[in-house]
Amino acid sequence: MQIIVNDETKRISGRFLSDILIELGYGESKVATAIDGVFVPRSARSGRELQEGARLEILAPMQGG
Amino acid sequence: MRAYGTELASPLMLGTALYDSPAVLAASVKAARPGAVTVSLRRESAGEQAGQAFWELVRGLEVPVLPNTAGCHTVREAVTTAQMAREVFDTDWIKLEVIGQGDLLQPDVFALVEAARILTEEGFKVFPYTTEDLVVAERLLRAGCELLMPWGAPIGSGRGLNNVFGLRALRAHFPEIPMVIDAGIGRPSHAVTAFELGYDAILINTAVAKAGDPVSMAEAFRLACEVGRLASEADPMEERDMAVPSTPTLGKAVFAS
Repeated sequence: MQIIVNDETKRISGRFLSDILIELGYGESKVATAIDGVFVPRSARSGRELQEGARLEILAPMQGG
Repeated sequence: MRAYGTELASPLMLGTALYDSPAVLAASVKAARPGAVTVSLRRESAGEQAGQAFWELVRGLEVPVLPNTAGCHTVREAVTTAQMAREVFDTDWIKLEVIGQGDLLQPDVFALVEAARILTEEGFKVFPYTTEDLVVAERLLRAGCELLMPWGAPIGSGRGLNNVFGLRALRAHFPEIPMVIDAGIGRPSHAVTAFELGYDAILINTAVAKAGDPVSMAEAFRLACEVGRLASEADPMEERDMAVPSTPTLGKAVFAS
């Protein structure tokens, strides 16, 4: 199915967030996730299924002021 | 300064953005010895690993981190970003920024109060980036904030304390609330003034990162914070309109003309 990851359209085979993160290459990276603007905690990723066209945000630590 | 029950090791908070290299950032932090460093969250493509490398660097500094919600323009964006930051950085501290006006990066104080209320209810310790407006300050405190971070001037402008009268009034109105001047400080002299006005801490980034010699400027700000705090505790004299001789006039020689 197609989903939108950080504003880029991606075709993925996994349905659950934890699987999708591995499929996209994030593996054990220190990232936080949100689906359709709603935060999904790490503990909920394996049970969270994405729908076609879902918007997934994956954020990592960055410099800030 | 005490922030939500935690005594900061220094009243200087330092941003981690805009440095020429990670090495300059690390050296600047070492020179500034800040009580906290601010960090943020951004999109990262898989395999890029810049965020992971940055996080390793920050962890090695052994300074408390204060994540921000920079770039957020709505309550929802700010709340979601704060939730994500709490998980990534493993802290319930959040520097809450909700921007309402792009040219001046002026806080949207209405959205700020609402986001502060929601985040406080969710257990966050909110550090709100606000203006010097007394009414907004009162609403933020009512929303659950235990400290305030009024701007000195627009972010990155380096203009110092634009509204000294307003900042003095805010300080006087809430004498027990820890207050941090966040944004606009460009020079160590601005920092000294902030402490002399009774502020408890300052938060700076561009002033150090964009100095010709960031590491020296970081040290200058560390010293300025010490100077300002000492001066504030020493209870500065009141200004007068007229001159008053400091040398005693009694016993002064009189020379005939």
